[in-house]
Amino acid sequence: MDFVGKWKIWFAISLLAIIPGLIIFGIKGLNYGIDFAGGNILELQFENKVSTGQVRNVLKDFGLEKNPIQSAGENRIIIRTPSLSEEKSREIIDAFEKEFGKMNILRNERVDAVIGREITYKGILALVISSLLILLYMSYRFEFNFAAAGVIALLHDVLFVLAFTAIFQLEVDSSFIAVVLTIIGYSINDTIVVFDRIRENLRIQKKKDLSLLVNESIKQTMTRTLNTAGATCLTLVALILFGGETTKVFATLLLVGTVAGTYSTIFIASPLWIIFKTTREKRGKIQAQKA
Amino acid sequence: MRWAKIIAVILIILVGGYFAFEPILNNINLGLDLQGGVHVVLLAEKPEGGKITKQDMQQLKAVMTERVDELGVAEPVIQIEGERRLIIELPGVKDPEKAVDIIGRTAYLEFKTYDGRTILTGSDLSDAKGVINPTTNEPIIDLQLNERGTKVFAKTTSELVKKYREGDPRRVISIYLDGKMLTSPFVKDVISNGRAQISGGFKDYDEAANLAALLRAGALPVNVKVVEKRTVGPILGADSLVKSKRAVFYGFLLVMLYMLFFYRVPGLVAGFSLLVYGLLILGVLAAINATLTLPGIAGFLLSIGMAVDANVVIYERIKEEIRSGKTLRASVEAGFKRSLLTVMDANITNLLAAAVLFKFGTGPVRGFAVTLSIGVLASLFTAIVLTRYILRELTVKDLINNPKLFGFGL
Repeated sequence: MDFVGKWKIWFAISLLAIIPGLIIFGIKGLNYGIDFAGGNILELQFENKVSTGQVRNVLKDFGLEKNPIQSAGENRIIIRTPSLSEEKSREIIDAFEKEFGKMNILRNERVDAVIGREITYKGILALVISSLLILLYMSYRFEFNFAAAGVIALLHDVLFVLAFTAIFQLEVDSSFIAVVLTIIGYSINDTIVVFDRIRENLRIQKKKDLSLLVNESIKQTMTRTLNTAGATCLTLVALILFGGETTKVFATLLLVGTVAGTYSTIFIASPLWIIFKTTREKRGKIQAQKA
Repeated sequence: MRWAKIIAVILIILVGGYFAFEPILNNINLGLDLQGGVHVVLLAEKPEGGKITKQDMQQLKAVMTERVDELGVAEPVIQIEGERRLIIELPGVKDPEKAVDIIGRTAYLEFKTYDGRTILTGSDLSDAKGVINPTTNEPIIDLQLNERGTKVFAKTTSELVKKYREGDPRRVISIYLDGKMLTSPFVKDVISNGRAQISGGFKDYDEAANLAALLRAGALPVNVKVVEKRTVGPILGADSLVKSKRAVFYGFLLVMLYMLFFYRVPGLVAGFSLLVYGLLILGVLAAINATLTLPGIAGFLLSIGMAVDANVVIYERIKEEIRSGKTLRASVEAGFKRSLLTVMDANITNLLAAAVLFKFGTGPVRGFAVTLSIGVLASLFTAIVLTRYILRELTVKDLINNPKLFGFGL
């Protein structure tokens, strides 16, 4: 397979997935959970059979019947509302208890919008700082062209996950930041092994055509790329299948990120490196001629 | 006999690990999401919009510590964050809703006269107790004033008794809690022993006892607003824990089978290293007193992928060396040597990302960063030290000399 020569195709495939996602992101935004948007989540487990309709009826007394009420299996109900005061929250719980009898409060979470803004701000800051750190480290250990290609590949993966999240309107909470940063870590880890091989081959075979050399390096590391991705995906699949509701979205996004990371390692990072290297060298030559 | 040493090493580790597993597991703190509990962030405010001082926050923290003590939580965390925030975490608390209620109350007690003059406040108390009034069978709170309070109370009551006739509506002392009147008894006589009672309005004994506990702990020096609250019921926590354990078990199993299939003997060695790796992480978590959260378990599982990666990079390199015609022994040596830097480079970037996550993350997300970092370090150790030792022993002593057993040709 020609990884380098057909770069336009590979890039186009990526853009085909990312651009529609970003358009949806632009129009609809993300499905922000209470961590970002502020609000209240109440998860209850009733001992008797209770339907979402009955729950909605009770909420009518509080003017909250228009909020999402979701059934989560065996008499479990999740209610999302705007931020409720402590008194109101207690009144609602009392009303449920009166109407439906014994129940367990599984979860009662409230986040004010102030906190949500902070989490968002910190998340973006974290993304920028870690990208810069990785850029610095790779520039130091490799060279700037590698670093730039690696960072763009990882931004590709982050954008891919963002697009996926927007298209399927998956709920985004504070663990989304963890997802993004983990994908960054995974993506760069994945890419570095290939870059390392390119660098090594450059040393051994100095005069060889760059595209050929890069293609060869990708092939040499291919088994590793796929096996690592395979093993990582297995752990994530185990988490999705056995880990319960709370971590499902988290694990799904990581799985998507891992797949994107593997794709970008093979099809995006190395071709980008060649593009950067040749254009910079050309520019260098032109400047040298001028001088 | 050639196998004796290596088998001995593996056996010792396996048996030791088997017996260490339970004690280690019992020593790890579980996060709120795994055992239930309360996480609350309070924002301190002054009614007039004045500035919150460091002293205010220290005092707030002290009062909260006493209140939390009354709840009987084993390992509460109470910390000041920034200038105006107090984070309170109560893992394993039985009734999270009640805990939030107790935390959020200001509990500002005032004794006022008819004309609205405040004569005493909560700080003049020396004790408060919830009891059942034996004659009326009604829950009440017995208050004992301190020395200063007793004096003021005696003086005020004697003034009232002198000034107003029996039955005069002005001959009362009202007790207010957070600006709401609880009771307004007539003053029959001069009270010089510093004892007072709050009666009326309590649903049951528990309510009276709770309020008494709040009064003992003292009022908050500032107003607080709950800006973030997360309660996880014990049932949900236990459920999450069971499911996470299952996910970790199957995750491990799948990865081991995968490695065994692709790499045969080294795959088996990697599987063994993974077990040690898992134990190592749990051990470190227990040793540094870290808290294991749900995202933390996810990070743990994910780091298995990273741990496998180090092995995969090394094994692929060994296969390449075999392909280039070297003996198995030489290939193992060269494979480790040449992949060492690659593995390091790849993992250091990971640590960078985890460090940033730790710095900017909150709560459970931090737990994720911690387990991920420990995971990366432990994976470096097991892949570079342990796997290498075993493979060397196996090949250098010529115990295994068939490249096929290294998954060669797959």
